[in-house]
This record gives sequence, structure tokens and C-alpha cells, in this order.
Amino acid sequence: MDTTLSRTISLKVNGSAVQATVDVRHTLADFLRHQLELTGTHLGCEHGVCGACTVLVDGRSARGCLMLAVQAHGREVTTVEGLAGADGRLHPLQQAFKDHHGLQCGFCTPGMLTTLSELLADNPDPSEAQVRVAISGNLCRCTGYQSIVDATLAAAKSMRASGAAR
Amino acid sequence: MSAPAVSGQAPIVDPARPGDSLIGASVPRLEDDALVTGRGRFVDDIHMPGLLQAAFVRSPHAHAAIRRIDASAALALPGVHAVYTCEDFRPYLATDRLVVGLPSSHYKQDHHRQVLAADEAVHVGEPVAIVLADSRYLAEDAATLVEVDFDPLPAVSDCRAALAADAPLVHRESPHNLLAEFDMNYGEAARVFSEAEHVFRDSFWQHRGGSHSIECRGCVARHDALEDRTTLWTSTQMPHAAARVICEVLGLHENQVRVATPDVGGGFGPKLVTYPEEICVTLAARLCGRPVKWIEDRREHFIATTQERDQYWDTEVAVDDQGRVLGIRGTIVHDHGAYTARGINLAHNSAENVPLGYEVPHYAMNVKVALTNKVPVTPVRGAGHPQGTFVMERLLDRVARELKLDRAEVRRRNMIPAAKMPYRTQLKARGGEWVTLDSGDFPACFAEALARADWNGFPARQAQARAEGRYLGIGLSNFVKGTGRGPFESVTVRIGPSGKVHVYAGAAAMGQGTRTMLSQLVAEQLGRDLSNITVTTGDTAATAMGLGGSNSRQTVVAGSSAHVAAQKVRAKVLKVAAVLLQAAEAELEIVGAEVVVNGQTARRVGLGTIARSLVGTAGYSLPGGVDAGLEATEQVLIDEMAFSSGSAVVEVEVDPETGGVTIRRLVFVHDAGRMINPMVIDGQLAGGIAHGIGNALFEWMGFDENAQPVTTNLGEYLLVTSTEMPRMELHHRESPTPGNPLGVKGVGECGVIPMTPAIMSAIEDALSPFNVRISQTPITPAQLYALIEQGRQS
Repeated sequence: MDTTLSRTISLKVNGSAVQATVDVRHTLADFLRHQLELTGTHLGCEHGVCGACTVLVDGRSARGCLMLAVQAHGREVTTVEGLAGADGRLHPLQQAFKDHHGLQCGFCTPGMLTTLSELLADNPDPSEAQVRVAISGNLCRCTGYQSIVDATLAAAKSMRASGAAR
Repeated sequence: MSAPAVSGQAPIVDPARPGDSLIGASVPRLEDDALVTGRGRFVDDIHMPGLLQAAFVRSPHAHAAIRRIDASAALALPGVHAVYTCEDFRPYLATDRLVVGLPSSHYKQDHHRQVLAADEAVHVGEPVAIVLADSRYLAEDAATLVEVDFDPLPAVSDCRAALAADAPLVHRESPHNLLAEFDMNYGEAARVFSEAEHVFRDSFWQHRGGSHSIECRGCVARHDALEDRTTLWTSTQMPHAAARVICEVLGLHENQVRVATPDVGGGFGPKLVTYPEEICVTLAARLCGRPVKWIEDRREHFIATTQERDQYWDTEVAVDDQGRVLGIRGTIVHDHGAYTARGINLAHNSAENVPLGYEVPHYAMNVKVALTNKVPVTPVRGAGHPQGTFVMERLLDRVARELKLDRAEVRRRNMIPAAKMPYRTQLKARGGEWVTLDSGDFPACFAEALARADWNGFPARQAQARAEGRYLGIGLSNFVKGTGRGPFESVTVRIGPSGKVHVYAGAAAMGQGTRTMLSQLVAEQLGRDLSNITVTTGDTAATAMGLGGSNSRQTVVAGSSAHVAAQKVRAKVLKVAAVLLQAAEAELEIVGAEVVVNGQTARRVGLGTIARSLVGTAGYSLPGGVDAGLEATEQVLIDEMAFSSGSAVVEVEVDPETGGVTIRRLVFVHDAGRMINPMVIDGQLAGGIAHGIGNALFEWMGFDENAQPVTTNLGEYLLVTSTEMPRMELHHRESPTPGNPLGVKGVGECGVIPMTPAIMSAIEDALSPFNVRISQTPITPAQLYALIEQGRQS
């Protein structure tokens, strides 16, 4: 079998232009993790259920394990490493996760943060139920979700207060 | 929930304010900065030059003889470096079995896992060969090209069927499928049952699934020829045990193997086991001369990571006219899987837990541990205790129904009164010592939960809902859980010439905030500056002895050792500082990384200076007549367990047209003794509760009659998600245990324990018009709908 077929792709990752040659069968998550060494994107199931590998593609949440790297050609990808400000200041969601114990082992956290950053960009004032629906495709085995929901509502509030349109 | 820390404000604890204690403070976790920014270092994040990727060839059969293995096609694939079978490994093995079972006199036979299956595979997923290639993609391609000539044999799926006289044998060579049998007895159950006014009989099926930490297992091994040492970074809860097993199997000594844990993405029990894959990856790296990585995928997690599974209980309870329990007796058949990967502790825990929170004068439980052709069973968060609680609480509900008593009243009549604490039960723990409940006020805890949940007001709410055509129910459960299993955890506290305080612990972190907990305890004694503490856990090169993470033990055992070690270092700091500053010890205070005289900032000496003075200068004696080094190592010995306890009340709504269950309210009152970090305790409880809800309503690890697993992805095996979770109302009581210097008890597993009985109790209450009786967990909507239909027709 021919396992060597590859393509050169160009995309933006966390604001920087990237050009790379990738095997056509490699997933976006593997490309980000192992070629770009952006290991913040985690793989929990590799079949699209757990949501740990969620990244933003052109601002929309996508499963890094269900998308091939070549499909990201010409797109703009944001990973958890791209959420904090250039000055290192945490995204309000990241800060709120710390403040509200929204993480324990931290493995699902990157996918939670990317998913929720999409939610808050769309809806700056979500209800608790809306937050729960937004992360209903992200599994967490540690927290029981309540602290994640609380963190998100607090982050939304602080973002509204500061008028931060990230 | 306790008030969380608010960012941007002053730190909760001001090191300069002596009255400010770090103990009991919800300080933000020190782990979090890296984890929220994608800078965590999990095992799959480890990369090094020359790294090869491994994939395993596994048995597709539940039971098969292996006739021949041909790797030639796999080896011909470009990018493939090696394929190793058990025969290839054998010259380098001191033994081809992982002998790990906890001691017990009850074993009838021993079945230890193979490094790789050689001529017989006994469960789907058992590893048969390891393939090394340039990438994971290639390794998986090659694994499919390894030809294994399997000759399928009859397989045993159901643990009850396993014990039938004509059952197929799980292992070809064994005499039968009974791995172990024991009786847990006290009092005179036979007499009591023959004389009792009422005897009620119930049978239960209880099932618990897998761990499903969102990070699967995985490991990376690198052999350093210069040091003649192989390092294994592995996602484990017990690195010291892993190093010991690797040394035993590979015939190496302690200096030749180092096991270290990177960030671990959840454990929940199964990661306390040392696995064949860890042996294979370590040996493969030594043989091929290049580092090797293996990362488990989710399907492998379903078929090759240990899990809890089935227990079948037949039980009887004897009571008097007042609903007072006179005795409980019965039998358990426990599904053990194909090998002993931990012991028979799970079944022991289940049988021991039944009478734990109540006064049960007579008890007799016969336990049979049955082999099946399935992946081995070992503890998952809760470790058999939820099953015991389920049985007790279901039986008490039965008593209430039969005697027409309030379910809460039946509990009150049987609970252990606070005045009887400490309460020596008539049970013996697995180590042979008496089980003694150390502290707590169970009736008060229960009363608080009922009051907070408005138990007494519920019938009115229920009646109102029923008038609207809705079916509400309320349920309850108490529990007691032994935590903090000893005998010790090893902790060293050392202040370096830099002035930093280093903590090295045999504990292992897997997301529970171990670093924060140890930092709080040590900082409390040594300057109260959390940023001045470093913590190293889960590294056999840093601590010679360690037991690691299991049984909700780390705050109890590692916390106690850290506390005492830090106190000893503190005493030494003050003694030497008194000499250096020419002041009395009583005048000194440690503030941040300095010792200050009476708060006068002019008279001070740094912790680093004190440490330097104790590392010695050739020809000069040490100040203050102390011994060398500014450090202390402690293994506080704790043999008796600390018993956490609590009460849960749950309100559900059931849709009788679909069998769907919605949890509308959840009150949980918990007593884990003295609290170190209430925020973290809330988090541990909440996660456990979610796990328990999954065990009640969602999680089912299915196998067909040939022991083929039928739920091998997260679409078929359901974990609870955010939309099924109710808002949890968590409340705490603090009954410090006298069993350790901190008064702390464990909390990691406690949320799980009462959830299945509380939920089943609530569902039955909601469906009382249909006379629904639930004798199983989990229960799916389809199963519940069938019970409702049955009730409608009768």
C-alpha cells in the first residue's frame, strides 16, 4: 500500500501563517500536535464524541480528530494556545476556569475552552441552559460540569463588563 | 459551592499576616496556569529524537489458542522497525507473568497476566505482539499485517454461568472457573433469620463500567546506555508499583528503571494497575535502542484497560416490627475477568460496605469470585463500595415499603448514633484488623440533608405535580466509605540553597490537585508563600518509596507526612535562625522565604542562607548543634482508615411514556473531616456524583454471549454530559478524625457511593402508581419503560 501520499498546505494557525507538507491521511489534530508541536489540543477518543480535540476553524468549533489536515488548507485555525492575549494575559474564560475550579486533570479543558469561546463570541449573555447545551458535546470525567458552567457564566459577565470583544 | 477565589484581588492568604491560615482556604490551584493555556505535559506530549511509535496486535477472540504468529508481511512494510512476540521477548524476561495480586488466603487459583499472550488468549483485547514503526499510522497499518493463527475456544461471558459444573473453562488448563471464595460473617445470622418477625428477600444485578478518563493510558520509554537506565514516563496512578513490576519481570535492579508520571489526564482507578503494555514498551526500547511511545486509543481503553463489571446479589434482611434490622445475609457472584490484575479487594469492599453505616447485629455474606473471558476487573472510583451501599439502601427501602414506614424513619431507627463513636464494627478489613468507624455524626448529617432537601414538604410537591400529570419522586441514601488506606506515603521536604522549599512525595497526581494540597500544607509551616514551593510527585527517582494514588488516600497519608516533615524542617529553620540572628526562637517568624525577628525587617535571614549553612563547609561545625541538611523525610504510619460519610437526597421526574429520567434536584451533605481546600473538595465530590449518576442511568459495558464486547466507543457507551447533570447542592460537615495528625479524611470517591441507590429510590417513588420495583443498576429508559408497562398491565 502507498502510505506516503502528501500535499503542501497553507493555513493560519493562531494568527501566524504556516506552510507545511502533510500526509493526506493525517488528521488536523495530529498535524497540530506532532508537526506544529501545539500539544494543547488533546485527543480523547479519536471518533468525534469526547470533544477534547475541539479547535476553531474560521471561528467555528471543529473536531480536530475528524478533520484531515489537508482540509485546513486556506483556513484559519485557533487552538487553546491561541486564546490568551499576545501579552500572555489569560482569556477571561481561562481566568474564570482557574477561579471557579473549572478543571481538574485538565485533559478536556482545551476543547471546553475553544467550544465556549465560540459560544461567548456568538452570545455574550448566555443562560445556564445555553452553556450546558454548548458543551454537551464535550465530555469531562472530573468536574460534573457545574464548575465549568459557573466559570463560563462568570467569564461572560466579566467580558460584558469590560466590553472585551475578543 | 464555596466562594471561589476572585482574580485580580489580593491573594486570599497574606504570608505576612500570621493569623491567616492556608489550611481550609480555597486557594486557586497551582496546576491550572499550564493546563488552561495548553502547556500541560501529558504523556503524548512527550517528544524526543528518534522516537518510534508502537501499536499492539490484540486478540479478537474472547478465548483462543494461538498456533502461529507470522510478522513477515508487517516487517516488509517501509517504516516498520520491529515486531516482538512473547517468544522474541522471552530471552530477556525473568518471568513472563505480571504477578501483582494483593495477598489473600481466599484464592483457589492464580491467573497472572502474560507479558504478551504466547499460546492462549483469554479475552478480547489481550495483547499478542507489539509493532514499532516511524509513525502511529504506520504502526497500526503493520499491526493489521501481523498474521496470527488463532484457534477459537469456547468462551465464558456470564459470571454466574462460569460457575456451572459444565461451564467451558476460561483457561484451558484450570480445574474450574472459581477464582476465590470467602465468607464475611459475624454474629448468628442463621438463628436470627429463623426467629425474625419479618424476612424480605431481594436479588440485584449491579454493573459498573470503565474508568474513561478522558486521557487514555499511554507511556514512553527511553533507554540511556550511558547510565544503563531505562526511564518510563507513563500515565499511571502508581509509578512505584510499576517500577517494581518492571524490575521483577525484566530481571533488573532498582537503579536500572525509573518510572515517572507526566501530567495524568484522569485516573479513576484502572490506572493504578501496571499493565503488560508498560512492560512491552520498556523492553522494546531497551532492545531496539530507540525511545518508544505507545498511546492507547479509546477502543483499546474499552477492551484492554481494566474495568468494573457485574455483581449478582441474592440477599435477605431480617427486621422486627419496628423496622429495626436484625440481620442481613446473602450471596454475591462477582465477575473477575480473566486474570488477577489487582486482587479480590473489590468483592471484599462490596461485602464489607453493606452494614457499615448502620447497626446490623448479624451478618453473613458468601462471596464467589468467578473467572470470565473478559478484560480483568479492578477498582473504578468507588471500588466496590457503591455496590454494598446500593444493597443496604435498597433493602431499607424494601423494609419501609413492607412495614409502611417513611423511608427516612427506617434509616433513623438503624443509624449508628454519634454517641457510639468511635464505633468498632464486627467486620475485619482485608489486612485482618477490626474495622472501626473513627468519627462522624451520621444521624445529624442525614437530618441536615433531609432538611435542606425539604423531605417533609415533598409529598405536597409530588401531589401537585401528579395533578398536572407529572411524575416526581424523591430518594435518599446514606453512605460510609473507608478512605486513606495506609500504611503510609513517603514525603521529603527540603529547603535548597536557593531558598526554595522542595517537596518530594510518593503520592501520584491525576488531577485531584495534589500539588496544591501538598503546597498548602508545607507552606503553612514554612513561610506561607505558595510560590516558593516546588512539588515533585510520581517519580521513582525522587522518592525511593511510594504507594501512589488510590482509595481516596493522598491527603490523608501524603498530607500527613508532608505536614509532619514540614513541621520538623520548620523547627530546624527556627533553631538555626536563632543562632544566626542571635535571637530567641520564640521571637522568630518565617515570612515568605525569610526568617524575621519580631516583624523587624532589618533583622532577618533567608531560608537559602540557613540551608547553605547546613550543607556544610569543610572543617567548620554546623550552627546550633543540629544535624546536616535542611530537610526531613516522613512516612507517617496510618493503619486505620478514616471513614468519610454523607447523605444524598435526589428528586427526579420520570416520563412514563418514554422511561426518561430527569434529575431535578440533588442535595449532598458530606463529612470528610477537616478540609484543606474546600474548593477542591467540592470539585472531587461533584465529579464523583457525576460518575455515580452515570452508573445509575447511562454506563453499560456490554458483552455478548461469546464475551465479545459490544460497547466499544463513546457513542455506544454513554458518559453523563452537561445537559443531564443537575445543579448539585453540596454541603459539608467537619468531624476531624483522630487517626491522623491533620484530622483529614479522603473525598475522591465519596460522591459516587450513594448515587445509585438514591436515584433508584427516587424513580420508584415517582412511579409508585405503577408499582415499579428496581433491582438493578444501571437502568435504561427502555428497561424502565418495560417496568412501567408491566405495572400498567398488572
